[in-house]
Amino acid sequence: MPEQLVFAMEVTLNGLMTGVMYSLVALGFVLIFKASGIFNYAQGVMALFAAMTLVGIQDGRVPFAHIINEVLGTDIHYFGWEVPALLAILLTVLVMIGFALFVQKFIFRHLVGQEPIILFMATIGLAYFLEGVSDLMWGSEIRNLDVGLPQGINDTIDQVTFEIFGYGFFIDNLDLWATGIAAVLVAGLIAYAQYTKNGRAMRAVADDHQAALSVGISLNYVWILVWSLAGIVALVAGIMWGSKSGVQFSLSLIALKALPVLMLGGFTSIPGAIVGGLIIGVGEALFEFSIGPLIGGATENWFAYVLALVFLVFRPQGLFGEKIIERV
Amino acid sequence: MFYREAGDFKTTYAKDNQTFPIAFDRYRYYFVLFVAIGIVPFVINDYWANAILLPFLIYAIAAIGLNILTGYCGQVSLGTGGFMAVGAYTSYKLMTAFPGLDMVTITLLSGFMTAIVGVMFGLPSLRIKGFYLAVATLAAQFFLVWLFNKVPWFYNYSASGQINAPERTMFGMAVTGPNAESWVKYLFCLAFVFVLAWIARNLTRGSIGRQWMAIRDMDIAAEIIGVNPLKAKLTAFAVSSFYVGVSGALLFTVYLGAVEVGEAYGITKSFLVLFMIIIGGLGSIFGAFAGAAFMVLLPVLLRNILTDGMGWDTALATHFEFVIVGAMIMIFLIVEPHGLARLWALAKEKLRLWPFPH
Repeated sequence: MPEQLVFAMEVTLNGLMTGVMYSLVALGFVLIFKASGIFNYAQGVMALFAAMTLVGIQDGRVPFAHIINEVLGTDIHYFGWEVPALLAILLTVLVMIGFALFVQKFIFRHLVGQEPIILFMATIGLAYFLEGVSDLMWGSEIRNLDVGLPQGINDTIDQVTFEIFGYGFFIDNLDLWATGIAAVLVAGLIAYAQYTKNGRAMRAVADDHQAALSVGISLNYVWILVWSLAGIVALVAGIMWGSKSGVQFSLSLIALKALPVLMLGGFTSIPGAIVGGLIIGVGEALFEFSIGPLIGGATENWFAYVLALVFLVFRPQGLFGEKIIERV
Repeated sequence: MFYREAGDFKTTYAKDNQTFPIAFDRYRYYFVLFVAIGIVPFVINDYWANAILLPFLIYAIAAIGLNILTGYCGQVSLGTGGFMAVGAYTSYKLMTAFPGLDMVTITLLSGFMTAIVGVMFGLPSLRIKGFYLAVATLAAQFFLVWLFNKVPWFYNYSASGQINAPERTMFGMAVTGPNAESWVKYLFCLAFVFVLAWIARNLTRGSIGRQWMAIRDMDIAAEIIGVNPLKAKLTAFAVSSFYVGVSGALLFTVYLGAVEVGEAYGITKSFLVLFMIIIGGLGSIFGAFAGAAFMVLLPVLLRNILTDGMGWDTALATHFEFVIVGAMIMIFLIVEPHGLARLWALAKEKLRLWPFPH
């Protein structure tokens, strides 16, 4: 087998893994968009905030230590205890639910019935706000996130591929775990939406706000629910990205890539988010591998967006999106 | 008392249709112009020019540009930073390739170049709408920044990858480069702001502006009453990108002098300009100025209060800025979606009746 082809296969596999990560972030977008029509730009920053909070709780950092020290002239940074990963994750989930309550009560309840584009811009404001809060609470330095997921090269795959192709593929254990966790998460979400009472309410609201309201479903409750779920998805995405490359601001930029993923897959479809993520992940990895060296590299910065842009011109609703019908 | 249209009789249609129909508004406008041209250049110093006035004027142009596209034509763009970079790099290539060209021509040509690029990225807007388009413009943002970063021809193969504005003169005075005096730079930018704002105001009042607004309010309905969406959307993209390009060129040549593209024209710049028009007021030329002033003054003010006044860490002040800006955006969208411009209009309405509101 020619060497280039083997390399390309490795790149494709790694691209698939990255694509899973993109899909994870995109899932959060789809959840909120379906239930409330809000296109949540802040999803990436939510992932950053969740990961920061998780690290902060794990290390036993004092939240807002910077301000407290500046105002009171003290010098405190740590509580002096370390919280086990599982408990820290649970506490972070509580924080994200609190955030969902805050967002719903103070922001989006007052914007009900506004145009989608106004809501979108409000979420850009929310993204800035949350980023500032995150920096104020936990500082803006790069943090290492370790919740005990295995990292490094997967030896089994390395050996097996070496025997077949004479070249060992480099696949990160973390990526494999992320894929598994993403699969579990998606299965869980779908099961939740299909078989629980709350899930049914969620689907009803996504289908038709007013009809849902008229059969006694509380819109407010469902919206808080989806924001909490999106917060939990953001936490999972934050853990994955954070373990991979450290928790830092660029996390929210990587998360921006979920936007072209959604445009490819369609805003209203969970399978669309997954497939779109995989296409983008593989596409940009292969493009960078084949064309990248010819034109200076670092093409993954823009490839996803341009692909989505070209794609949209031919199919404005995405691969799996509902057909856009316009009436005057 | 003094703010009245009573007794201010119009005898011609032209007078009835003028931009400032109320005499007091007109005098106020002349007064602002008088202060800006007649007084400020004589009292300006480097700090005021660099910290407040130059960025205000330059961002005001960008805000007017984005407001034409987003506020008047309803097409949200997150690619402003990328288009500003097109203006900056065009002006750089022109300045270095044609040393004899004067700065006004260079800046205008940069605007035209950006307009062409803007129309190219605006073409998809005929098929995609709303936030789909907003995300599509992100493609312009990331692609253009990458292009200027990776293709050495754009930065003349310089080792650092930066571009530096060489010294160029206008009427014998240095406008760019380290020797340019702040009052010259100020007047140079002011001239652009004045002319461009005047053009924008009149464009938006005329037939083309009405077409933009029809597209914004409901594009299918606009099409049915005879507005050509292709023409309306692409002109909006062209005019808007022209303004944004001029602003990007001025930001590089006059204000910053040396630029690293990812830093100066990154996505944060796109958001900065977008925030200006949200806070200032979508669909208002005055709003663009108000928003630019607000977003330029806010960090300066916070720095003065938090860092100098209370002795806080600069990093902390920056974080606070994020929180405050984000909160302001949301508060404005909830309380007053039309921004500062609407508040100003309300104040004027109140003033007309004052002090006898009944």
